[in-house]
Amino acid sequence: MAMKKTLINRDKGRDLLTYAVVIAAFIVMQTLSTQGRLSSAVKGYLVPVCCYIVLAVSLNLLVGVCGELSLGHAGFMGIGAFSGVVLATLLKDTVDNVTLRLILAMVFGGTLAGLIGLLIGIPVLRLRGDYLAIVTLAFGEIMKNIIGNMYVGTDETGFRFAIATAKPKLVGKGKWILSGAMGVTGIKKLSTFAVGFGLILFTLFVVLNLINSKEGRAIKAVRDNRIAAESVGINVTTFRMKAFVVSAFLAGMAGALYGLNYSSLDSAKFNFNTSINILVFVVLGGMGNILGSVISATVLYILPEAMRGLADYRMIIYAVVLILVMLFTWSPKVKEYTSVAADKVKRIFRKEKEAAK
Amino acid sequence: MNILQYIINGISIGSIYAIIALGYTMVYGIAKMLNFAHGDIIMVGAYVSFCVTNYLGLPPLVSVAASMVVCTVLGIIIEGLAYKPLRGTPSLAVLITAIGVSYFLQNAAQLIWSSNPKSFTSIVSNIKPLHLFGSLTITGEVIVTVAVSVVIMLGLTWFTGRTRIGKSMRAVSEDRDAAQLMGINVNRTISITFAIGSALAAVAGVLMCSSIPVLMPTTGSMPGIRAFTAAVFGGIGSIPGAMLGGILLGIIETFAKAYLSTQFSDAIVFGVLIIILLVKPAGLLGKQVQEKV
Repeated sequence: MAMKKTLINRDKGRDLLTYAVVIAAFIVMQTLSTQGRLSSAVKGYLVPVCCYIVLAVSLNLLVGVCGELSLGHAGFMGIGAFSGVVLATLLKDTVDNVTLRLILAMVFGGTLAGLIGLLIGIPVLRLRGDYLAIVTLAFGEIMKNIIGNMYVGTDETGFRFAIATAKPKLVGKGKWILSGAMGVTGIKKLSTFAVGFGLILFTLFVVLNLINSKEGRAIKAVRDNRIAAESVGINVTTFRMKAFVVSAFLAGMAGALYGLNYSSLDSAKFNFNTSINILVFVVLGGMGNILGSVISATVLYILPEAMRGLADYRMIIYAVVLILVMLFTWSPKVKEYTSVAADKVKRIFRKEKEAAK
Repeated sequence: MNILQYIINGISIGSIYAIIALGYTMVYGIAKMLNFAHGDIIMVGAYVSFCVTNYLGLPPLVSVAASMVVCTVLGIIIEGLAYKPLRGTPSLAVLITAIGVSYFLQNAAQLIWSSNPKSFTSIVSNIKPLHLFGSLTITGEVIVTVAVSVVIMLGLTWFTGRTRIGKSMRAVSEDRDAAQLMGINVNRTISITFAIGSALAAVAGVLMCSSIPVLMPTTGSMPGIRAFTAAVFGGIGSIPGAMLGGILLGIIETFAKAYLSTQFSDAIVFGVLIIILLVKPAGLLGKQVQEKV
């Protein structure tokens, strides 16, 4: 009983720490921003960092907590981005409040991504391990391909939607909002740091609550030993499905926020490399560690941007840093050294304690 | 007659996918890791061949040999520095390291050769295209590509089936711990696998750029992903499976481009992949392994 209590307290403590770090970071950045101490470059990072934090946390729910490797997260982000941008453009005259329009776009983007996640999840979640990884990869590429040939617009007949190889003709006066491989241009930027912060808080709330709930414990049991979990009556498919849909929903919201932060957007952005980058954030931050995802998404997004001065060398340095961090955090030899060192430190402290007695 | 031409073109692209997929499948079967840097080794191989023919003026066969040597050495170095220290860790950790290696190779290539596309001179310029039944054309590149891929597959089947090292490779892929207990040097076997896989990647790179003569630092990444799906398609870990998967993928891609639509060829290829995996989750020729408690 006592052990159970400390375990729960430790989890709660870590969750509170996660919220505290995020809120503190927001307050610091917001004050610096209002005092005008941030350069325009740093201000430009704020919203994308929020998006990538949400993407990393939502992917961590899938990869770290469920143990399902997904290589198509950018696909959900793309669905959210384009549907969000299209809705925001359609609502330009009906909804005056900018923040409300942004939130509506995000909710719409998230819902659509979640629905598509549900549709894909039904067949795909029957697969496991590397096969699930390859199918999610395939899904991401299909999404990129379809969005790159999708036309959405309005004309005198009303709303027009087409998936075609060539641009269809509009009837009378009208305009394509999303125009195939050209993507969307002339987007009115709506995203703000405050809304991004709100989305991070919402994501943390949803994901942390899910992890700590009865369902979250079931999901972790499925990750650690699927057969054992099944044999004690856990419905494996339902839980995997829930995590998959929640993750897709959050990625879609982040995508809408991301899309409405730029003046133009095309489908090539949401490719395999973006999915991989998000996965790198998750793995370097620590699997299943939400605070780790938040920190690593921030640091790893800013790192290559901050090295722009190094021009051509920056991505090489990024690659080397990535390899070295993986070697130092995972290599069994390094782990041995650190555990020996930790033991020695502990022993010194124990001796001091005993001496104090 | 058109259908025959498309089948021939498809087999030609498919053979290149098959050679790349063979490298993927061997490394996966033995090291149990997705080596995402494999596609970039293809690119390095093509660049080496390009430099040897264009700057040193040596004959094509020498350039192929040179690129195979460079890629083999590169493969062994990468394996030793980046993958070997992570032996026995979760496959995701090695996957991320492989992605790091992939970024590194792409950006190093960009520094050395710049990102401007280079036009690759085909290594088979002295074989004249065959004209059959009037409208059917088989280029020298197609003949060489298909012949090379068949030779490679037969060679690998013989190698893994008959030689000492090949047998130890199969043993390691089946059960690493048991193989080690039987006195097989697991680390050396894995290094040899990487060496062979990288040499195959060099050949694939040269053949690919002979058919599609555009060479850029990102040339290898998309064929790499395609070939990976081909390996999964045929049943990852199986050598005939990789060959079959590669050629089928090439044919599906060519037919999709010819009869359905060029723009949607990606969606069609990956859609077929998803359907195949749902029907046969272990791939076409893969073995379904029953999970034990």
